[in-house]
Amino acid sequence: MTTHTEHEHAHGLQFVGLDIPSKADLQNCIHCGFCLPACPTYIATGQELESPRGRLHLISSVLDGRIDATDRVLGHLDLCLQCRACETACPSSVPYGRIMEDARAAILANAPAAQPRGWRTRALLLREVLARPSRLRVALALGRLYTRSGAQALVRGPLGASLRGMLPPALARLESSAPVLDRAPFRTTGVLARPTSGSGTRVALLLGCVQGEIYPQVHEATVRVLQHAGCEVVAPEGQGCCGALHSHAGDAETARALARRNIAAFERAGVEAVIVNAAGCGAAMKEYGRLLRHDTRWAERAERFSVGVRDVLEFVAERDFANGLGRVERTVTLQDACHLAHAQRIREAPRAILRAIPGLQLVEMRTPDRCCGSAGLYSAVQPEMSATILDAKMADIASTGAATVCTSNPGCTMQIEAGVRRTGLDAEVCHVIEILDEAIRAGR
Amino acid sequence: MATSSTAAPPASPGHPAGHAALVRDLQNALGAAAVLHLPEDLIAFEYDATIERALPEVVVFPATTEDVSAAVRIAEQHLRPVVPRGSGSGLSGGAVPLTGGVLVVLTKMNRILEIDRANRVAVLQPGVINLQLQEAVAPHGLLFAPDPSSQRVCSLGGNVANNSGGPHTLAHGSTVNHVLGLEVVLPGGRITRLGGRLVDAPGIDLRGLFVGSEGTLGIVTEITVRLVRAAPAVRTLVAVFDSVEAASEAVSAIIRRGIIPVALEMLDREIIRLVEPRIHAGYPLDAGAVLLIEVEGLAEGVDADGAAVEEACHLAGAREIRVAHTAAERDRLWEARKVGIGAIGAASPAFYLLDGVVPRTRLPAVMRGVMETSARYGFRVANIFHAGDGNLHPNLMFDPDEEGATARVLECAEEIMRLCVDAGGAVTGEHGIGLEKRSYMEWIYSPADLAAMHAVRVAFGGAERFNPCKVLPGGHGCASGHGAEAMAAIRRGSDSV
Repeated sequence: MTTHTEHEHAHGLQFVGLDIPSKADLQNCIHCGFCLPACPTYIATGQELESPRGRLHLISSVLDGRIDATDRVLGHLDLCLQCRACETACPSSVPYGRIMEDARAAILANAPAAQPRGWRTRALLLREVLARPSRLRVALALGRLYTRSGAQALVRGPLGASLRGMLPPALARLESSAPVLDRAPFRTTGVLARPTSGSGTRVALLLGCVQGEIYPQVHEATVRVLQHAGCEVVAPEGQGCCGALHSHAGDAETARALARRNIAAFERAGVEAVIVNAAGCGAAMKEYGRLLRHDTRWAERAERFSVGVRDVLEFVAERDFANGLGRVERTVTLQDACHLAHAQRIREAPRAILRAIPGLQLVEMRTPDRCCGSAGLYSAVQPEMSATILDAKMADIASTGAATVCTSNPGCTMQIEAGVRRTGLDAEVCHVIEILDEAIRAGR
Repeated sequence: MATSSTAAPPASPGHPAGHAALVRDLQNALGAAAVLHLPEDLIAFEYDATIERALPEVVVFPATTEDVSAAVRIAEQHLRPVVPRGSGSGLSGGAVPLTGGVLVVLTKMNRILEIDRANRVAVLQPGVINLQLQEAVAPHGLLFAPDPSSQRVCSLGGNVANNSGGPHTLAHGSTVNHVLGLEVVLPGGRITRLGGRLVDAPGIDLRGLFVGSEGTLGIVTEITVRLVRAAPAVRTLVAVFDSVEAASEAVSAIIRRGIIPVALEMLDREIIRLVEPRIHAGYPLDAGAVLLIEVEGLAEGVDADGAAVEEACHLAGAREIRVAHTAAERDRLWEARKVGIGAIGAASPAFYLLDGVVPRTRLPAVMRGVMETSARYGFRVANIFHAGDGNLHPNLMFDPDEEGATARVLECAEEIMRLCVDAGGAVTGEHGIGLEKRSYMEWIYSPADLAAMHAVRVAFGGAERFNPCKVLPGGHGCASGHGAEAMAAIRRGSDSV
């Protein structure tokens, strides 16, 4: 590809590199518009350019050379949450998620100097912090210090109003969505649990980058539930971040490097399934095959690996989990993680699990499968749209009267926790697997 | 990167004189955020759900009737046409701005203003989605009868413009039967009310004239609709046939018995094979065609009608009849019907959706003709349509990148439309004339008929003011034939360079 002259850059970018969106993918779109009412940003704006159909048309038009990818065009691509609700609404099976990921990758494949600055910074942050456990841990240790020193409680408490007022608005918003880091992280590798009886099914757990650090209790519950379901659970050494956020941000190269590392680590473990309790990670890992399709040495291995990836809820729901469950007297509502419901097409499993718990009452919200506005880094990159979407979600949650909001992804948990703090709703937020774990323990 | 060689035309064809002043006046009146004018923004407003394409010069998003009025007035001062657009889900190119101008997008005027349960009336803005209205009135046991298959996205303003139908049109009638009153913006930006809240308003029925006028007379800014009571009992049946013809015979047989089902839909083998693997509704993959039939009313009546329908289908050669026993089963059957057209998109690079209507007794012969004609042209065809109304929707599948394919598809479509007209039918059942079918108007109307329609447009400010080049053939500055044809010519031209 030619290098970009100053002149070309001023007019915007073209798609370059390995991941240019596929024309065949785009041609599936018949412009019927069925995706519009499913799209959170279209609902919020009523604007074609912020709809899946509009963005696909922009991508097609850049691909065909009819327009350049100017800052305005990139802005529309950037406002997309990548929740993929349009995919389940689409009658023509347009693979929107991968088209958007490809488009972002094909922009980031431009020479560094030509890349949009925000995109470059985001990719840098994801590559140099999220993908590197030691650096991520330093960042999280600072967060933990913020929580444990009492500063967080002070800032968020009744006396913190003036402190909050002193923060620049962007930082105040970021502060309000930061998680409470008051638990010891889960970083154990090796054998985590042996089956209570018999030989059991050997499965591996993805520890991931943030789940074990921010919500270690989800891993603990996952391990206990899998053990109850007759599994031997291991956490292979050498695994790491799944690369989902890198893929979403268009940093396909880093995503591929992370995928190769995970494939190698989990292959060595010799397990029947790789269990994931973060929907975003599971969705990404089920797509490793496609991610590495150009890599002749890894394509087949990646394809094989992806087949073995299972979300923990999907895996547990297919097994004999309901025996001997104790009562959990709660009113629960379920937030479908977008990357569970729309990307992995799993909707029934979490509901089947919750319904099997005696005493538990599941009250559905009006649109449980609509994004909460978390969407990886989205809440930090697009704070206003994220807040608009979260407000609608919190209203929907409040109307159920549920005291517990169940999710299946750490990003959603973090976002809804922030929403709970903001609205003052009296509700706790947790992973579905934690409730099942509670029922198992109550049954003992 | 070899993708740009098949490029369609660039997005900025160069604007007519006075563009900057037009944009500035619109921005001043509606606010800068409500006006789009850059090429990379306009490009998302060049389409609807057809294969037609044309760029507007400016796009505006009015929030109020006064905004619409101001936009119309300013467009007029600058001698620009005005084209209204709702959700952009239209199936005849009606919202594609063939001669540019000001595209008035009504998606932000999407509030339900009033639901009057006692009088069964709702008042809403034109950007309200059909399904949004249905969901709002359902808790009161009411519904808005027109239910286009695109109801989850299409706007009520679009329904009014196209006099839209839907599966339940068979028993309840199309949109015109359910609109009581309209607020409209006319030339000069004048705001007028047509009809009212009662079924029969005195005076000349301009409301009836406006419904189905496809945005050529003015812009609808508020709609008062009639709601009907949801039936206490409903039965949904699927009758399985070995051929489209046998299923077509059954359609007439059912109606001949004096039964008017609320819905009587046909899905042929091709469509079943596309949609069933996705939806798992239970349509047999080896069927030649199925009829999806719904009868409703009081429980006793539904039993009797259901039995009569079953008998009629059996006599017409149905090899199996299934009844939906649960609401979930019924929903699956309808879901398959509603996403059916979209499923074709996944199977073919492009397809051309036709909309014709014939007397239902002529269905068997016309359907045979549809199959023969498309086979002769070498196109796969999938049929999914309102059989009870005799409203055909053949979908011709083709690859627009194949040399001459677009032109051949249009030729094939024209032949099929001829079949409909020769059988005593017409060139649109419900999708409107728009751009796509205006050249067929001369087949069904005499010059005097068309002149009468044209006179109406003149009375409303002339043919170039609102949505030019739509509905009626010809017109100043309108290319003959299809936008799609022109597009295909451009594609071919750029290929050969």
